[in-house]
Amino acid sequence: MGSASAALRRRRVALAWILLAVALVVVWEGAKWLFGDPWRIHGSLLGLPIDIEHIPPFHSRIASDLSLPHVWLVFTAFVDPAQRQGSPLGLILAGQALFTLREALTGFALGGSLGLLLGIGLVHSRLAERAFVPYVVASQTVPILAISPLIVVATKAGWLSVAIISAYLTFFPVTIAALRGLRAADARAFELMRSYGASAWAVLWKVRLPSSVPYLFASLRVAAAAAVIGAIIGELPAGIPDGLGASLLNYNQYYTSGPERLWATIVMCSIVGLGFVGLVRLSEWLLTRNRYRPVEALAA
Amino acid sequence: MTAGAGAAAAAGGGAALVVSIAGVTKRFGEGDVAVSALEGIDLGISSGEFVSLIGPSGCGKSTLLRLIGDLTSPTNGKVLVNGKPARRARLDRDYGMVFQAPVLMDWRTVARNIELPLEVMGHSRAARTARSADLLKLVELEGFATRHPWQLSGGMQQRVAIARALAFDPALLLMDEPFGALDEMTRERMNLELMNIWTRTKTTVVFVTHSIPEAVFLSTRVVVMSARPGRITRIVDVDLPQPRTADTREDERYFELVTTVREALRGNEDRSASAAARVRAEGLA
Repeated sequence: MGSASAALRRRRVALAWILLAVALVVVWEGAKWLFGDPWRIHGSLLGLPIDIEHIPPFHSRIASDLSLPHVWLVFTAFVDPAQRQGSPLGLILAGQALFTLREALTGFALGGSLGLLLGIGLVHSRLAERAFVPYVVASQTVPILAISPLIVVATKAGWLSVAIISAYLTFFPVTIAALRGLRAADARAFELMRSYGASAWAVLWKVRLPSSVPYLFASLRVAAAAAVIGAIIGELPAGIPDGLGASLLNYNQYYTSGPERLWATIVMCSIVGLGFVGLVRLSEWLLTRNRYRPVEALAA
Repeated sequence: MTAGAGAAAAAGGGAALVVSIAGVTKRFGEGDVAVSALEGIDLGISSGEFVSLIGPSGCGKSTLLRLIGDLTSPTNGKVLVNGKPARRARLDRDYGMVFQAPVLMDWRTVARNIELPLEVMGHSRAARTARSADLLKLVELEGFATRHPWQLSGGMQQRVAIARALAFDPALLLMDEPFGALDEMTRERMNLELMNIWTRTKTTVVFVTHSIPEAVFLSTRVVVMSARPGRITRIVDVDLPQPRTADTREDERYFELVTTVREALRGNEDRSASAAARVRAEGLA
């Protein structure tokens, strides 16, 4: 529980992060070195001419320049202009990322509140739970791609209809976690409240909701990632040009002429998702630290 | 005193009855699978008494306690608390409850755990803080107000639970094996502390335990129960002098009473053993 060991642990986590990123690049480029297309580096470094040519011993289509562009090409794609004389692709993607993030945040807020309210409603009635939950589950087995055009056409609300699609993917994990978390307290805690003659409202505020917090945050992390996916997918049928979905569609079509651009867009999508999940993690830490039993204390 | 005597007679005194149980049975389940947990229970508890319920597991002593607290309802019979039906008494907050586990809210500080019933009952913040400060002193946990339960030892957590049960000054304290999870030394210290609290607050206590020395040390009366179905087989009056101190445990009378309760419990065993033998004999015949 000491702060010194906590600092040490944080440093270890950061180190593991960096090592994993390096390992990923090594595996990626290693695969290309062994199975990829022949490559040449021709140029000069500090006035010294460099001329390296490498012909990989094996060949596999997965590691070709088309499937796996070189890591540095993906990075330079961010800096290179997206169109002739245009602004760099990175800048355009960043703008689109903000737009998509707004949709995702709105969808997350909508879906998260809906999911929690649904959970609170269902936890108070076994009958409603039994009747409702199968539909809640069924709602998630319908492919989002089938539903999103419907929502877009029906609501005609632009980015807001995309947020609704995002909410559709978000509420589910929250409802399921709420159903579990709102019942997670010790049975005797409910008896204790009963012995005080407490109202259902008091039980909700003082026992059910506080004890569901760790469950809710776990589901909110899943929901944050789902909200980003929902937003990107929702942009496709909506034909919204301002989000990451537009770039995904665009660079999918022109994949053969510039695979690194699609890869750059994928990287940007991941950054949005990671950032969002990180935001949820941060608010969880702010809200629960020094209040809830730390995980190590639970194991002890 | 035998089982089946009237509740008023069982109280053994003229003082007002805090708890009065008459002709109570409790069955779990229905039809062929019904299990009889309690049969023909009559018991009266007067104001200021400390009554222990003792018996083997499955004798229904916890169920009896939960009936008094209206955490479960009797199949037959009547349970009155302060002269009211148990449900009314619960809604009037006539009793405080302590379980074997402290059942504290992790996310609340020690002080706010103690204040929980007061919050539910709508007391003002100032009144709550003043009360929890007093109670922390009573259970000797001053300086731990802002800690969280998971930062405390098991014995300290149970003291917080007792303080919480006393927070709204109930006339009756129901305790379900509150020290059952503690080690022997902590348990003996907690027994002494509970005696101090009881002497000072004059609360009526109903205490479930399966420790004979604990029951004798704490109680004014020990109610001995037998299992399957749960019945009261004997009530032992504990005439040890008050206040009880560490010396009480070395009193000759204390040992006598421990023996009396032990024999009462063993009597139950002999009886059920002979009953079992009879059943076997009838099966063979």
